[in-house]
Amino acid sequence: MTINLTLLVLMGALFAIGIYLLLERSLTRVLLGIILISNAVNLLLLQTAGRAGLAPLYDPEIPAEDYLDPLPQALLLTAIVIAFALVSFMLALIYRSWVLARQDELADDEEDRRVASYAGAYDAEEDASAEDETTEFADETDAVGRPMLNPRRGADEDAPDPGNGPAIAEQGER
Amino acid sequence: MVTELLSFTPLAVLIPFFGAAFAFAFYRNKSTQRAIAIGALILTVILEVTLLAQVWYGGAHAVHLAGWPAPFGIVMVIDRFAALMLVVSSIITLCVLLYAVGQGAAEEKEDSGPVSIFYPTYLILVAGVSNAFLAGDLFNLYVGFEIFLTASYVLLTLGGGESRIRAGVTYVVVSIISSMLFLIAIGMIYAATGTVNLADLALKLGDLDLSTQLTLHVMLLVAFGIKAAVFPLAFWLPDSYPTAPAPVTAVFAGLLTKVGIYAIIRTETLLFPGERINTALMIVAALTMIVGILGALAQADIKRMLSFTLISHIGYLVFGLALSSIIGMAATIYYVAHHITIQTTLFLVTGLIERRSGTSNVLRLGGLAKISPVLGLLFFIPAMNLAGIPPFSGFIGKLGMLQGGIAENTWITWTLVFASVLTSLLTLMAVARIWTRGFWRKPEDADEAPERQLMSKTLAHARAANKRYLPMSMVAPTAALVAMSLAFTVFAGPLMDFSRAAAQDMYERTPYLEAVFGPERSDGVREELEDFAATFLIDYETGDGGAAEHAPVETSLQPDDESAEVVPEITDESDDHR
Repeated sequence: MTINLTLLVLMGALFAIGIYLLLERSLTRVLLGIILISNAVNLLLLQTAGRAGLAPLYDPEIPAEDYLDPLPQALLLTAIVIAFALVSFMLALIYRSWVLARQDELADDEEDRRVASYAGAYDAEEDASAEDETTEFADETDAVGRPMLNPRRGADEDAPDPGNGPAIAEQGER
Repeated sequence: MVTELLSFTPLAVLIPFFGAAFAFAFYRNKSTQRAIAIGALILTVILEVTLLAQVWYGGAHAVHLAGWPAPFGIVMVIDRFAALMLVVSSIITLCVLLYAVGQGAAEEKEDSGPVSIFYPTYLILVAGVSNAFLAGDLFNLYVGFEIFLTASYVLLTLGGGESRIRAGVTYVVVSIISSMLFLIAIGMIYAATGTVNLADLALKLGDLDLSTQLTLHVMLLVAFGIKAAVFPLAFWLPDSYPTAPAPVTAVFAGLLTKVGIYAIIRTETLLFPGERINTALMIVAALTMIVGILGALAQADIKRMLSFTLISHIGYLVFGLALSSIIGMAATIYYVAHHITIQTTLFLVTGLIERRSGTSNVLRLGGLAKISPVLGLLFFIPAMNLAGIPPFSGFIGKLGMLQGGIAENTWITWTLVFASVLTSLLTLMAVARIWTRGFWRKPEDADEAPERQLMSKTLAHARAANKRYLPMSMVAPTAALVAMSLAFTVFAGPLMDFSRAAAQDMYERTPYLEAVFGPERSDGVREELEDFAATFLIDYETGDGGAAEHAPVETSLQPDDESAEVVPEITDESDDHR
């Protein structure tokens, strides 16, 4: 199988940067990481077709190995569409998270923290979530900012209330 | 006649899809939407039960979409295992839908968004799951996964509240990464073999270099392992599932991880049979069981506790399939069907508990058995079933795995046998804690301030409130699921025989290959392929000696013709250990 070196190097670079971004706590960067990785995967699929060839329109005079293998491109198109849908959904989620909580970083799970403190494994200083600066939009945050987040949901309200979701949604929509 | 009916297999995917389309079209009219959704699912159940009846004796059948021959076109394959999964999943989804309808009627505000998206999204989820079960090629499997995962993202973040968005982000990111891994594996496999058709791969993967095979195998397993929530890859699950509405969590917990397990079983039996990584799988299985159940013991919230038991019981399934024996696989198939039902039921019951008492935190519960004996019964039966207490189906499935483990008789299987028994006991402990705290003690004895809804003046007051909190439209579907879980016990004999036949099929692989290629069609394919794939053609004749050639698993346990009893060799071995 013949592989295009440029595409291979490009794919490697996209994977590397994508994984680096994925490990960040900021949701926007995670999304950028996902976009890069999905494109890297698309390049991988593209390369499985091998060397570029003739369009796969059947002609009895052309030998089989001169055609380009069309299947990877079909897979690739499907994968692009799926990745596109997922990325737009992620964007919507991140925007929603921003509207509700004014934060662009991944929050800790409340219940996890509660169970950890119950077992004595939680250290308030060490395990506290990262500082505010991780958000790219720090200057906009300060007005409404952090107070929206965690203290509101203290120990007396452990269980996520299934009822409050739609209620908030309604307020948001109107 | 048999094949004619089985040609309608793709309808199992199409009916929910069309249902979803119509439900979207009628988004202004909720009652029409509801009727469409329920109608589509009832149709699917009827269709799939018919398919199961056809496959019960007939074996595997493949539908070549648009008439393209096997390795080129898209195939949908229904064999015994797939048919059983389809039926169980569609009955589950129907019951959960009825429950959700009941809940929607009880809490009017629940689905009063600008556009009612619950019903269509739910139907798309069902279609995706069916598509994954029926997929005859890896890429179609990927598409099936993406369909139901995308639907699950929407369902999980329904309403867009803060906690759901937080949980949803974790879930979406982890799922996307696992899908990317899957896609990378597909790309690699295509590069190595030039095909994504499962049956074709079954023939071609064996020709690859052993280390290449191992790489592809592990890549697929990691991708599926994330979706199936196997131990080191399971931490996303208890974070994300409990925040969703009760019916959504129930269907996620019951079905979605099992689709991952289904994909793992297909990989292990069809693509990469053999025992090369069985020890590694067993270690993973033991860790999944133990770590999962220890996590469950630490939780105070019932939903989170159940999420951890879900992880822990995935370990049993991995154990059963890692045994690479017919009895182990048969027990796994039976256990998957059982576990889908049980886990869904328990989450639905938890939804009822939450409605009745206002919380799912056991520290604030109490006295439910007295207030509502029906709720107590609905919780008690599946809870005991989950722990594997003898008369119930959980016990029968676990017994099969233990038999398989003892029959194999190596240090690792004995470790696994020990771990499964321990996990079973710890599961009993976990559910017994919920039972004693939530149901037996008086509400006044609760560790933290009990919920006001539990503190009625008299028992008569409390019982009267039951009608309001626990409408019949929610209790009845839950009760139906409990009855279904009991049916797994009552019909354990035929079901176990069926699972054995399914396991035999999967290890032999010829029924699957013959269904896809067909004895006469494989000849036609051979001629077309001769130009560029001459080397792979020897194996297409799978009718006669293929059984011996393609069944790499030497099992000491072959099912008896008549009875489901263990064959003599094994009895001898297990006698030695007594």
